[in-house]
Amino acid sequence: MSSVNLADRQLSPRPALGFISRIRRQVPVSVGLGIVWLAAMVLIAILADWLRPYGITAMDLTSRLAPPGTPGHWLGTDELGRDVLSRLIQSIRVSLVIAFGATIISAVFGTALGFAAAQFRGIVEHLVLVLADFQAALPFLIMSLAVLAFFGSSMMLLVCLMGFYGWERYARIARGLAISAGAQGYAASVVQLGATPARVYFRHILPNVASTLIVSMTLTFPEIILMESGLSFLGLGVQPPQTSLGNMVGFGREYLTNAPWIMLAPAAVIMLTTLAISLVGDWLRDKLDPTIR
Amino acid sequence: MVQFVLTRLLRAVITIAAVVTFAFVVLRMSGDPAQVMLGPDVPQESVDAFRRAWGLDQPLWIQYLAYIKSIFTGDFGVSMRDKAPAIDLVLERVPATLQLTLPALLLKLLIGIPAGVYAAFHRQSVTDRSVILLSILGFTIPSFVLGLILVLVFAVTLGMLPSGGQGTWAHTVLPILTMSIGGIGILARFSRSAMIEVMGQPFIRTASAKGLKWRDVVWGHALPNAAIPIVTIVGFMVGSLIAGAVVVESIFSWPGIGRLLVVSVTNRDLAVVQCILLIIAAAMVISNLAVDLLYGWLDPRLRSRAAH
Repeated sequence: MSSVNLADRQLSPRPALGFISRIRRQVPVSVGLGIVWLAAMVLIAILADWLRPYGITAMDLTSRLAPPGTPGHWLGTDELGRDVLSRLIQSIRVSLVIAFGATIISAVFGTALGFAAAQFRGIVEHLVLVLADFQAALPFLIMSLAVLAFFGSSMMLLVCLMGFYGWERYARIARGLAISAGAQGYAASVVQLGATPARVYFRHILPNVASTLIVSMTLTFPEIILMESGLSFLGLGVQPPQTSLGNMVGFGREYLTNAPWIMLAPAAVIMLTTLAISLVGDWLRDKLDPTIR
Repeated sequence: MVQFVLTRLLRAVITIAAVVTFAFVVLRMSGDPAQVMLGPDVPQESVDAFRRAWGLDQPLWIQYLAYIKSIFTGDFGVSMRDKAPAIDLVLERVPATLQLTLPALLLKLLIGIPAGVYAAFHRQSVTDRSVILLSILGFTIPSFVLGLILVLVFAVTLGMLPSGGQGTWAHTVLPILTMSIGGIGILARFSRSAMIEVMGQPFIRTASAKGLKWRDVVWGHALPNAAIPIVTIVGFMVGSLIAGAVVVESIFSWPGIGRLLVVSVTNRDLAVVQCILLIIAAAMVISNLAVDLLYGWLDPRLRSRAAH
C-alpha cells in the first residue's frame, strides 16, 4: 500500500500554485502592499457615508483636543471636538474624487489635443505646442492661485482647474505616438479601407497607445493629490465646512504644538497614498510600457 | 545655429505674451476690484469714482492696450492697496525669496548630483538604496507636511531653531532644508538613471578598451553625455527660483514673493498679481531658453537638426 502511495505522489503533476502564491510570485511585496492600501482608500472613499462614526461637523465641546486612543474617538478630536477619524474618512473621499476626476479630464483633454495635432499638423500643431509652452512657463500652483482666488473656490471649479494639470504631457505623448502609428502599416491600411479619422484614432490608434497613457496617469494622479492638498493647505482649495486632506493639515497646523495628531493623520494618508501610487505606477510601467523594455 | 536661436527666441516671446494676456483677461473678468477694495457698504458714487480713477470703466480691450503700452514704458501699474508702483513692491521682495531658494538650489546640486553619480557606480550598495529611498520620499512628501514635521521636531520638541519669521541665519535653516530635501532626491534619481544608461553605451566600452584612464572615461565621456537629462531638471529648478517658495514661505511666514502673491491674490490687488505672474513667467521662459541653448552646446546633433 505504501509503495503505491509513493508512486502516486511521484507521478502526480506538481500541484498547481494557489491564487495567493501565484500573485506573490509575480508581484513584489512593496507593490502588493501599495495595491492593498489603494484598494482600502478606494473602498473608504466609496463607503465613506457608512464608515464615518460621526458627522464631519458634529461638535463635542466636552471632549475638545482629545488625544488619539480616546474611547469613541480613536484618532482624537480637533479644537471643536470634531472626530478626526470621521473627518479623515470624508477627506479621503473628497481628495480622491478631485484627483480622479481631474486625472480623467487631463488625460482626455491632453490626448484629444495630441491626436488633433497629429492629424491636422500645421497651424493646429503649432497652437498646441504654444499652449504647452505656456503651461510650462507658468507654474501650475501660481496659475491655480490666481484663478481660484479671483473666481472663488468651488468643488466644480477645483476639479476642472486640476483637470488642466499635466495635460501637456498626454498631448506630447499622444502626438508622438499617433505620428509614429500613422507611419505603421495597421493605421495606413485602415485609412486605405476608408475609415474616418475618428475611427482610426479611437478604434485603432488609441488601443495601441493606451498602455503608455495609463502609465502617465499613474504619474499625474499623485501629483494632482499633492497639488490639491497644497492649495487647500494655503486655504484656497476645498473650503470649510467641506474638508480635504490638505485642508485638514492646514487647519491642524494651528494646533501643531498641543495637538499634532490633527495634522499628522491626514499627512500620513497623503504620503502613504502618493507613495503607494508611485510604487504601483513604477511596477505597471515596467509591465506595460513597451518603450523601456 | 542662428536660426536655432531665433526660433527659440520667438517662441519665448510668444509665451510671455500669452502669459501677459492670460493674466490680464482672467483677472479682469473674474470680479470687480472696486467692490473688494471698498467693501459692500460704499455709496455708488465712490465705486464709480474708484473705477474711473483706475480706468476700470473703459472697455476691456482699451484697458488691455493701455496695459501693454505701459509695460513697454516700464510702468507695471500701481498697487491699489499700497498706492506704490507694483514693480517696486515685487522687486523689494525678490532678495528675501532668493535668500532661501539660492542656498536650496546649491544644496540640491552639490548633494543631489554627486549622490546620484556615486549611486550609479555602486549599484545595490547601501548608498544606492538610500538614494532611491530618499528620492521616492522626495517625490511623495508634500513640502507643507515636511516643513511642519521639521518645525515639530526642531522648533517645538527640541527648541533648537526658530519656527518662522526672518532674522538671523538660524531662521533660514528649516525653510532651506524643507525646500532642498525633495529636490536632492529628484536630482539624485535622475543623475543615477542617466549615468547608468550612459555607462551601458558602446562608446564607453570603446573608450575603456582603447586604454583611457577610468577617470578620463568618466569625466570625458560619461558625464557630458549624462548631462542632458540633468540639465533639463536643473533648468526647471533655476526657473522656479522665484516661484518655488510659495508654500514654504507661507509655512515659515517668510516675507518673500510667494507670500506677497498669496496676500495680493486674497486682496485682489490686480497690478501686483499681474506683475508677479509676469516676473515668474519671464524667469521660467528665460531659463527654458537657456536650457535649449545649452542643449545645442552639449549635443551638436540637436544643433544641426534644428538648423536644417
